[in-house]
Amino acid sequence: MVDRTAISRKLIPDMIQTAKTTEPAWMRTILLGIALLFLLCFLVLPLAAVFTEALRRGFGAYLASFRDAAAMSAIRLTLLAAGIAVPANLVFGLAASWGIARFKFPGRNLLVTLIDLPFAVSPVISGLIYVLLFGMQGALGPWLAQHNIQIIFAVPGIVLATVFVTFPFVARELIPLMQEQGSEEEEAALLLGASGWQTFWRVTLPNIKWGLLYGVILCNARAMGEFGAVSVVSGHIRGKTNTVPLHVEILYNEYNFVGAFAVASLLALLALLTLVIKSALEWKIRAEAALQVEEAA
Amino acid sequence: MARHRFIPGFGLTLGFTVFYLSVIVLVPLWFLVLRTTSLSWAQFWAIVVDPRTLASLRLTLLTSFAAAAVNAVMGFLVAWSLVRYQFPGKRAIDAIVDLPFALPTAVSGIALTAIYSSNGWLGSVLEPLGIKVAFTPLGITVALIFIGLPFVVRALQPALEDLDPAVEEAAAILGAGRWQTFLRVILPAVTPALITGFTMAFARAVGEYGSVVFISGNMPLKTEHVSLLIIAKLEQFDYAGATALGSLMLAISFVLLLAINSLQWWTARRYQGN
Repeated sequence: MVDRTAISRKLIPDMIQTAKTTEPAWMRTILLGIALLFLLCFLVLPLAAVFTEALRRGFGAYLASFRDAAAMSAIRLTLLAAGIAVPANLVFGLAASWGIARFKFPGRNLLVTLIDLPFAVSPVISGLIYVLLFGMQGALGPWLAQHNIQIIFAVPGIVLATVFVTFPFVARELIPLMQEQGSEEEEAALLLGASGWQTFWRVTLPNIKWGLLYGVILCNARAMGEFGAVSVVSGHIRGKTNTVPLHVEILYNEYNFVGAFAVASLLALLALLTLVIKSALEWKIRAEAALQVEEAA
Repeated sequence: MARHRFIPGFGLTLGFTVFYLSVIVLVPLWFLVLRTTSLSWAQFWAIVVDPRTLASLRLTLLTSFAAAAVNAVMGFLVAWSLVRYQFPGKRAIDAIVDLPFALPTAVSGIALTAIYSSNGWLGSVLEPLGIKVAFTPLGITVALIFIGLPFVVRALQPALEDLDPAVEEAAAILGAGRWQTFLRVILPAVTPALITGFTMAFARAVGEYGSVVFISGNMPLKTEHVSLLIIAKLEQFDYAGATALGSLMLAISFVLLLAINSLQWWTARRYQGN
């Protein structure tokens, strides 16, 4: 009698080795080559073009693009808009994730969906809704005009549009993170006599700090780079209501390409910095999650 | 109502959340809907069937669909390479896939125009071949491919990572060729993720403005994306027209959002059922 298990023990590893669970080497090379070529053409070339065009007339002309009152005022306005929008949405993100991840109440899923709403709305419409509300022909327009308050074609409109488009960034990072972590540690702190604020500062915040930073970095990149929504509400008044992306558009439309790409290169550097921090944080979050799994085991 | 009554802050955090959400998002969006309902059906219809509007809607939907379709194929290849293959610089390439999310759309818009204009790096190669990209619908599609790519790659990556290698081994041992395994085993398992990525890329493309405005040339009836048409109407103080088109686009993005959510709900249920 043949010992079947012995045969299968001998045969199966051989079969698995010859079984095709990956593509042949030539196929892998071709597929990888096509993927990399596509990324080169569609992602790397545009990025390289920004810096090449910016430095086309040398480094002196590049630097000269920033020695300009309009450019400086655009940078100041962008910093102001991001400086208001990011902290506002950070506070909102913390409040929303505490309320949603730590308590159960009817309509919770609906609330999460509504928080994500600004991501589904086109940038142009994000600006349009504020024009319809606060503009001269808008619902509150006549009242605002009577009281000499200008929102549209002024700084408050730009800040509002920026807050709208960056609305979900922090909340959508923190809600799943805090839901996953559960509330045992906070309950323990509270039982041991910590106050609510103490629990938040000493327990919750250290637990969510990387996820929080991740949300803030993405929120900031979008706040500084938003174009469509801000374009609708700004009115493009040079030196007054131009953000950096709007300034890029104006220079470009005036055929001042070196200037446009020089200012754009600032935004491209910000994007690259964002990507570096983002992947470092992803790496850190993954490492910490792996550590927690190890500790649990 | 609250699960852990002794965790404080329920009223404060939820109250602030609902208040802030209403002021920033819900009330302004509600006014857009309200403004639209103040138009009569005849007025609304006249705006939608205007030849310039129809041409722009057709262009937007066609270029968005083409771009999402290209991204479904190329994004699959990129996600596959990142999950399955080892190559130098993999982490950097994985990170740069998010560039379209991080790069302000105005910057990508002028950069793509520079590359594809007749004296640009790719434009100067393609134009002698009779392929004009900048200031044509093809250019709009290129810009929409750029901004949509990360949606497909990031939707597919976790789905491809979750595939159990044992299933592929089983298929191979049972005699399936690699291509058969791909079509019958791998592709069906990642199809929900692929559709999600496709729909998200499509939805983003339909509402895109910044990266399209420079490369499209904005010729009415020919290369006018619907976002640009809304801006054109606003600049002419045609608030009724802008409102009608705005709420039409809003309705389209909600339908797409709903489609993505129901697809994800359906997939989750199907896998829980197993």
